[in-house]
Amino acid sequence: MKIMIPLDEDKKNVCVSFGRAPFFMVHDTDTEQTEYVENPGAEAQGGAGIKAAQCVVDHGCEVLITVRCGENAAEVFKAAGIKIYKSTHQMADVEIEAYLENKLEELTHFHAGFHGLQ
Amino acid sequence: MKLAVLSGKGGAGKTFVSVNLAAVANHATYIDCDVEEPNGHLFFKPENITTITVNRMMPEFDVKKCDGCRKCVDFCHFNALIYLVNRPLIFKEVCHSCGGCMLVCPNDAIHETKHPVGVIEDGWHQDVHVITGILNTGESSGIPVIKEVQKLGSKHDGLVVYDCPPGSACSVMETITDADYCVLVAEPTAFGFHNFCMVYELASLLDKKMGVVINKQEILYQPLEDFCKEHKIPILARIPYDKTMASLAAQGKIVCECNDHVHALFFDLLEKIEGAVK
Repeated sequence: MKIMIPLDEDKKNVCVSFGRAPFFMVHDTDTEQTEYVENPGAEAQGGAGIKAAQCVVDHGCEVLITVRCGENAAEVFKAAGIKIYKSTHQMADVEIEAYLENKLEELTHFHAGFHGLQ
Repeated sequence: MKLAVLSGKGGAGKTFVSVNLAAVANHATYIDCDVEEPNGHLFFKPENITTITVNRMMPEFDVKKCDGCRKCVDFCHFNALIYLVNRPLIFKEVCHSCGGCMLVCPNDAIHETKHPVGVIEDGWHQDVHVITGILNTGESSGIPVIKEVQKLGSKHDGLVVYDCPPGSACSVMETITDADYCVLVAEPTAFGFHNFCMVYELASLLDKKMGVVINKQEILYQPLEDFCKEHKIPILARIPYDKTMASLAAQGKIVCECNDHVHALFFDLLEKIEGAVK
């Protein structure tokens, strides 16, 4: 099973933004391989969350661990059956372990986005 | 001549100035482009109203024809489309109705459907043609409604007054793009001046001829005076902070129709603008 986590520039810390995170970590729990991919939504003028969500879907991830997530992306994950967990640690590796030990809570609050300010 | 009346700040007096300018002119068209909260009609109380629905086009996908090539998703610059499981999905509020997805689909799997976003009320107050754009509650962009009211207005000769939305964002830009002259309504306060500078910047970027109307003037606000002098923006009129005027406006009256001094003030303002446009 694959887990995705949005990362900061250093590719270690969890990025507070999902849609605008510069990188994503894709961790495969079966092979224990970790891959780093650029977030295609990072530089988008609009709809960044949607574009980033497409990336999660296309990598075949079943779990996303993130600090926050917008409504549009959440709608995509719901339709795709991807589970979202709330990130509480700074380091992405620690989050993977926490998830595997069932220590993470599901994210249930989704923000309305910071666009709107046209 | 197309006049756009704008001010960065809400409540500076855009509608007051627009309504009175249209009322003192002969056979003017007043167009309320503040589609999120149109209020010019409260003063004009237009009669013989016809209502027109404004739609925007939105793609719909035929899943049977879609082969999952994703050309539409890749094309969409607004990222309004996503490909999920076996079909593209649309985020309606992100879609800008450009129609591009339909053009790039090699399988003819996309067609456009109408999505209502607002209405236009078209009526008359004596010889003033009053056109009001009204955006449906919950819609994210007023642009389609603004485009339609302006299209209606462009059918008329003579003076057309655009009562702009507040601020200096997309909807204001859309409204003034078509204008021959911009009237910037400013309040002589620190807050009013700050927002005035924002609309001044926008109108300058679009290379518009413009002038200032200072509304609710009690004492001079020196930074505003200095700014206008430095940037050579003519101050076309100063409207005093006056209880009688405020009271008439609060009763929904068109002040120039009730008060000869105010009528003369707006008549003079209109003549100055006409002179500047020629």
